[in-house]
Amino acid sequence: MNILTQPWPWYISGPLIGLMVPTLLIIGNKAFGVSSTLRHICAACIPNKVKFFDYDWKNESWNLIFVFGVAIGGLIAGFFLANPNPIQLSDAAIANMNKLGIKNYSGMVPSDVFNFTSLLTLRGFILMVVGGFFVGFGTRYAGGCTSGHAIMGLSNLQLPSLIATCCFFGGGLLMTWVILPYIMNL
Amino acid sequence: MKNFKFLLLGIIFGIILIKAEVISWFRIQEMFCFQSFHMYGIICSAIIVGLISIQLIKKFNIKTISGDEIKIAPKEFTKGNVIGGFMFGLGWAMTGACPGPLYALIGSGVLVVAVILLSAVFGTYVYGILRDKLPH
Repeated sequence: MNILTQPWPWYISGPLIGLMVPTLLIIGNKAFGVSSTLRHICAACIPNKVKFFDYDWKNESWNLIFVFGVAIGGLIAGFFLANPNPIQLSDAAIANMNKLGIKNYSGMVPSDVFNFTSLLTLRGFILMVVGGFFVGFGTRYAGGCTSGHAIMGLSNLQLPSLIATCCFFGGGLLMTWVILPYIMNL
Repeated sequence: MKNFKFLLLGIIFGIILIKAEVISWFRIQEMFCFQSFHMYGIICSAIIVGLISIQLIKKFNIKTISGDEIKIAPKEFTKGNVIGGFMFGLGWAMTGACPGPLYALIGSGVLVVAVILLSAVFGTYVYGILRDKLPH
């Protein structure tokens, strides 16, 4: 059980994530990707005449079932295989995040910022609601996310995916290095 | 029940995401600050394994379990790869999560992430409405 509750090192978890690509192709001829599910949810839940959502989402139900599985996997790992210790971050990262005002390093998200009450603060609203909006708008506009572009697209040597992945990092670096310190101080 | 295999694979993926800690806001911060190799090791080794797998599938003409030819649609370049990609990057560093981890985090009990997911669905919806007006 020790192996299961310990966090898995990159050289175990990375290759396992990579194996999602051939497994999905072989079991169902499906391209690995997650962000399309956000579009299928729109197509399924919001009755509308928007052309972009006017398709039979049931043909893509495998993708929704896959992410439902991801949530169940999160539940299993989060409740039964949880690492009892805080994440082993580098000292430099902790020093840096202390400067951002983060105090609580237990769990997967900084609970000082990511909680229901802080949704009512400007800082919490921007990080969660505006941030979530960027994730949904940006991935669909870009045609994929870390799964569809960075892993699936790069595995298949797609130039648009390389461009998209570079831009993911460009946006992330700009946010982390320039904008985030201001948001955290709100 | 033909979709059960996707449910099972999703469960496995969700467990990997949690155990790899890639769903951690702290890990994403650490990555964007270049303060740990962890995330880079995961992304690079995942791509290498995916790349080798696809090459093997093509070279040996491996079929699906139901005997079909494996087809992968090529990605077409649009300006959205740049503009949308940049926007997603901003959101990735803010929320500390890309779409896959959002689902895993909610399952693991961080319920406030459901707000981020709803907002992401709304973002996709707004993209769908504005799509014809955006440069592609």
